[in-house]
Parts: sequence; structure tokens; C-alpha cells
Amino acid sequence: MRKKEIKTVVTFHVTADAIAFEKRCKELGIEGRLIPVPRVLSAGCGMAWASPLSEEERVRAIAEAGDIETEGIWQCEA
Amino acid sequence: MIYLDNAATSRRKPQEVIDAVVFAMTSLGNAGRGTTEAALDAARTIYGARDKIAGFFGVKNPKQVVFTANSTESLNIAIHGLIKPGDHVISSVMEHNSVLRPLYEREEAGAELTLIECDGKGRLLTDDIEKNIRDNTRAIVLTHGSNLTGNVNDIEAVGRIAKAHGLLFIVDASQTAGVLPIDVEKMNIDVLCFTGHKSLLGPQGTGGMCVREGLEIEPLKRGGSGVDTYNRHHPSEMPTALEAGTLNGHGIAGLSAAIDFIEKTGIDEIREKEQNLMKRFVEGVRDIPGVKLYGDFDAEVRCPVVALNIGNADSSEISDILSMDYDIATRPGAHCAPEMHESLGTVDQGAVRFSMSYFNTGEEIDAAIRAVREISEEFSEEN
Repeated sequence: MRKKEIKTVVTFHVTADAIAFEKRCKELGIEGRLIPVPRVLSAGCGMAWASPLSEEERVRAIAEAGDIETEGIWQCEA
Repeated sequence: MIYLDNAATSRRKPQEVIDAVVFAMTSLGNAGRGTTEAALDAARTIYGARDKIAGFFGVKNPKQVVFTANSTESLNIAIHGLIKPGDHVISSVMEHNSVLRPLYEREEAGAELTLIECDGKGRLLTDDIEKNIRDNTRAIVLTHGSNLTGNVNDIEAVGRIAKAHGLLFIVDASQTAGVLPIDVEKMNIDVLCFTGHKSLLGPQGTGGMCVREGLEIEPLKRGGSGVDTYNRHHPSEMPTALEAGTLNGHGIAGLSAAIDFIEKTGIDEIREKEQNLMKRFVEGVRDIPGVKLYGDFDAEVRCPVVALNIGNADSSEISDILSMDYDIATRPGAHCAPEMHESLGTVDQGAVRFSMSYFNTGEEIDAAIRAVREISEEFSEEN
């Protein structure tokens, strides 16, 4: 089975935000991918962005820029 | 076939559009339903189209672009979701039934409705709009271009009136999206309703609406959203708020390719070619004895739509002759525009509508002119 590790996970209200977030991360070369929301998190949108913790600062910077709406940023096994 | 019924639907689509639909139908999953590559590809395709359409119509936030099946659905959502009993709405006799019937339904529910009239050439009496604003006026609902006469309304001027009086401005761009430039910010449009299958050159079953940020519209449909499953209410976040159910991802992929085609070709280039074809047709038929044209053909900007009649002949008969004897496709009858026909006095006769697209040729137009001339001669000999 794939080994889980603690990651930075971003949740969203709607799919459009998740895809916009993925697009931005890819443009900036941020490592990560869209995953189904882990059950420990409660989120509106069924998909979440997961990055290694080493990318957390850059991921937070995107969320804080405010033009892409996020629901929350978490650290959890994914 | 010489297809001159592009105001109903553009028959010829760019090859890129067909390829995009085929690719989508052989690869995409369901957008927003899980994170498999197939599902994500669908979500990415739809988001990409949203982003493109936002840019195309001057919408700042792509989340304010909502996908629907066509203009009719967009207009129903906007009119039903924003007009409540007791509200007064200003619209016009130029409207298609996709505006009129939802408005009549609202009127029956207790809203008040004023339809602005046109002059003899089918031009909107724009000055009457401001005169008809009341204390309870909530919205102006107006077509950008008539599907019968091809006359175009000065949306920017009406947008200024709406803004000055704090009214919502809902625009039906069915005949203009893709051929006339539209900027929702500059034109002060609160809800722009468009269809994908006419001048945008996309597949049938695609369309949408651009909604001003902060404007909440009560949804017409509620259901699956892929998000917030345990909430008993449909999510209120845009665009999901107005997009219950699986989107037409395959069609939207085609629409996205169509926008690429229009941007690559140039909207000005497309419009110029269509205008030239239309002018060529008008010049060729306007002096044929017995031919009567409907609309303002001296206007600088108009849709590539020419409605005419030959003598007192039934428009259905003329259109059928064009189809059977000349293989030319036109549209007779009432064109879902009852008030416009009332205004022009053509309720009984209807009108034969010729509508051009970027893909028509000058030779096709000349063939249509010859056909109108021959039919007209036949009818004048009979009478």
C-alpha cells in the first residue's frame, strides 16, 4: 500500500477553485496534486490540493493572495 | 445545400470544434466527481473554457461564468431567479420567446411588465425606456440583436440608463455573442445570457451566463454538485450555485475550441465577412419587384440577418420553394418573436429569414439572390 505522510492540504468550496489552484501551482512549479478530501477533514468540495510540507509556504502564499478562494489549509496524512 | 439559417444555429463548425468534442467524448470523465485523471481532465477542460469565456466577455472572475444548455436556460434562470411578484420589468417587443415567456410567467405571478415599442424599421424606441421607469422597476431585460430584423440595440447606452437608476440589466446575446464585441463591465451588464451554437460556432447544448460578482440569483435547479454533499440545500457558491447536475463537458470542450477559433480568426474579421455577405444579399434583393425587407439596413452595425417577403406570398411557401427547388435553407414563419411580428405587421404572412455565417461564400449569396429573383418573377406572373 502507498505510504501516507503528513502533507499540506488545501480544501475548497467548489471545483472551479480547486482547478484554478492546481493551475496556479503548476505554473509556479509547486510539487503536489489534487486528491480526494481525506475523511479527517470536512470540506465542501470533494477534491483537495496536497503538497509536501516543504511547499507549505508557497502554497499558503497562493491562498493568501485571495484571488482563488480556499476553504482551509491543513496538515494531515494524505 | 446552401445553408442560410445561421441565426437558428450555425451548421458548419470549425474542424477544431469537432475534434475537441470527439477527443472529449473519448477521454473525459465527470468534472468535480472525484480526482481520477479522467475526472480531473473534465474539470480542467471546463475550467479552461470558463476562463476563456470570462476573458472573451470581459468578466474578471471566471467563477462568475455559469454553463447552461443554451440562452433559453440562462434567461429562465436570470428572469425567474431575480424578478419577484411586485417587481416591474422593462423589456421590448424585439424579444424572443425565451425572454417573453419567462416574463409573462412572472407577470402572471404578480410582476409588472412594460414592453418598449419599435418604429416602422424595427428600431427600438430607446428614449421610451427611461420614461417607463417606475419606483418598483427592478430590471431591464433586452436583446442585443433581433433574431428577426437583425437590428442591434445600443447595449452600452441602455446599460448607462440601468446604472443611473440602480436597475439590473439582463442582456440576451443569442444573436450577437461571437460576432459583436461584448464587455460586461463597459456595458454595465449584470447578467449576460449567451448560447454556444450560433455565432460562437460551438455545439448545440452549450451556453451560459456571466453574472456580476455579488449578485445572488435563486437557482432554477438543485441537485448534484460534487461538493457539500451532506448539506440539504444546494451550495450557494458560484458557479456551482447555478450548475446543478453533470455539466455538458463534451460540448463545453467544443465551445472552448470554438472560442479559440474565433480569437485566432479575429472577431472583427468574422464580423466584416458576415456584414459583407449580408450587404451583398441586401443590395441584390432590395430592388427586386415585390420584395419587401424588414429592418434597418442603413445601420452601421447589424446582425447578418435579412428577413423579407415576396408580395403577399406565405413565407412558408417561399421558404419551401427555396429548399425544394434551390436547396437553400432559410427560416419562414414567426421565428419565436411574436411581438416583433406584431410590430412589423407580419403576423399572418410571417417572413423568410436569410442569415449568414462566416463560412458562407459570395457565390452562395449570389445563388440566393437569383433564387429570390426567379421566385419573385413567378409570383408576379401568377398575380
